[in-house]
Amino acid sequence: MIETYVLPVLKILVLLNAVLVSVTFMTLLERKVIAWVQVRLGPMRVGPHGALQPIADAIKLLLKEDITPARADRWVFTLAPIVSMVPALIAFAVIPFDRDVTFFGYRVPLFIADINVGLLYIVSVTAIGVYGIILAGYASNSKFPLLAGLRASAQLISYEIAITMMLVSIVIMAGTLSMVGIVDAQYRAGVWYVFLQPVAFVILFIGGLAETNRAPFDLPEAEQELTGGFHTEYSGMRFALFFLAEYANMIVVSAVAATLFFGGWLRPFPNVPALWLLGYVPGWVWFLLKTFVFLYIFIWIRATLPRYRYDQLMRLGWKVLIPLAIANLVVTAILKVLL
Amino acid sequence: MLESLVFYSLAAFILGFGVLVVTARNTVHCVLFLVANFLCVAVVYVMLAAEFLAVIQILVYAGGIVVLYLFVVMLVSLRRAPDTPPDTRRQSQLGFILSAVMLAEMSAILMYSAARPSSAVASAPAPAGGGNTEMIGMLLYSDYLVPFELASMLLLVAMVGAILLARKDV
Repeated sequence: MIETYVLPVLKILVLLNAVLVSVTFMTLLERKVIAWVQVRLGPMRVGPHGALQPIADAIKLLLKEDITPARADRWVFTLAPIVSMVPALIAFAVIPFDRDVTFFGYRVPLFIADINVGLLYIVSVTAIGVYGIILAGYASNSKFPLLAGLRASAQLISYEIAITMMLVSIVIMAGTLSMVGIVDAQYRAGVWYVFLQPVAFVILFIGGLAETNRAPFDLPEAEQELTGGFHTEYSGMRFALFFLAEYANMIVVSAVAATLFFGGWLRPFPNVPALWLLGYVPGWVWFLLKTFVFLYIFIWIRATLPRYRYDQLMRLGWKVLIPLAIANLVVTAILKVLL
Repeated sequence: MLESLVFYSLAAFILGFGVLVVTARNTVHCVLFLVANFLCVAVVYVMLAAEFLAVIQILVYAGGIVVLYLFVVMLVSLRRAPDTPPDTRRQSQLGFILSAVMLAEMSAILMYSAARPSSAVASAPAPAGGGNTEMIGMLLYSDYLVPFELASMLLLVAMVGAILLARKDV
């Protein structure tokens, strides 16, 4: 009874709240890091060093007037923020934070579900999230969001191909699609997959930047050209939902990168007994640390690199990343048969 | 009991969304109902313990093909009704003929499988180890190798054809 119903519901509640809170504070982290890069202080007024700024922002956005443009497609306009938020949240269902921890005498696995097709599940669920941006662009009945919606759909489809191709080489290495199984395979191999598949990791990281519409690939919301892009006509909490979805997607990409390439909850050098001291740090701490490093790099890149032009973006996707992913797949398959 | 309840409500949703796909006035709404339809079909696959098929259904149909539909619909902008109304009588005749053929085909398949209760589908062994993803892989590369390769050749030919059509200087 407890194992089948109470525990999963509890885990879902805890995870949802944790994700939403960390997404809110990601906005603060982003503003602070970019400020430091530009030798500014960033938000300082609300709370010590601006620590309560996200809460002030959330209250402001909730109280703002929620406008629907006069000739917008009302239903689709309401649907679009929901469609972009929900896939980002349900993707967390298969991300393993740790194998299991003992909690009041129960052995609780720190993931909601370990399904046999976990990796494919994440890819397909995030593919649904594309609809949020496209529909927002269409439903606003305004020219800038429509352009952004077209850009977003072309960009996301192109980079999805490269990422999916690259994931196949990881699946060949691990021999399973289950997220827990992939971490276990890295433990058995005694090495993180980033050392065996460096090309695949680079493709995942660049593709992840493009899939989450982050700089330097943030063309769907290029402020200078599109006045904010797909969310130009949105205001109040619906506008905030798009932002929360973007940050939640960033966390998903970082967590997937940490799981596939950096051994998930495994400590560094899992097969070197001399480093037994590292084993005292719980696995989920290692996992969160690795995820955080990726999130930091995401923000760092935004503060450092200028935006790509649209044709450069397409050329990178189709003429560099996809051939590279296919070549990587072929080489991995040949080595897998030979070794 | 619970399972049949879920199944019949899903079936109602699938049919309802299917009807809405062809009756909705706005083309983008049609495409959205199609996505909802595909997602419901994916849930049916999950109920049949075919989780690989369910995920592929979402990834390929809802996440890939329909995004392309939406892309095209937004590019050609069908908000204005076409000047010359399409010949609805001829369309409905064609539709009736096609659905009659489809009905005949489906009932033929159903009767054929009902006449042979011990067919491969009914007596498929439970997945021995690993689950159905591994099973599908094994079957594709052993028993169904030739159809699989033929299908991939067909897709390759279609892709080459599409590139040929898109190029200006051939």
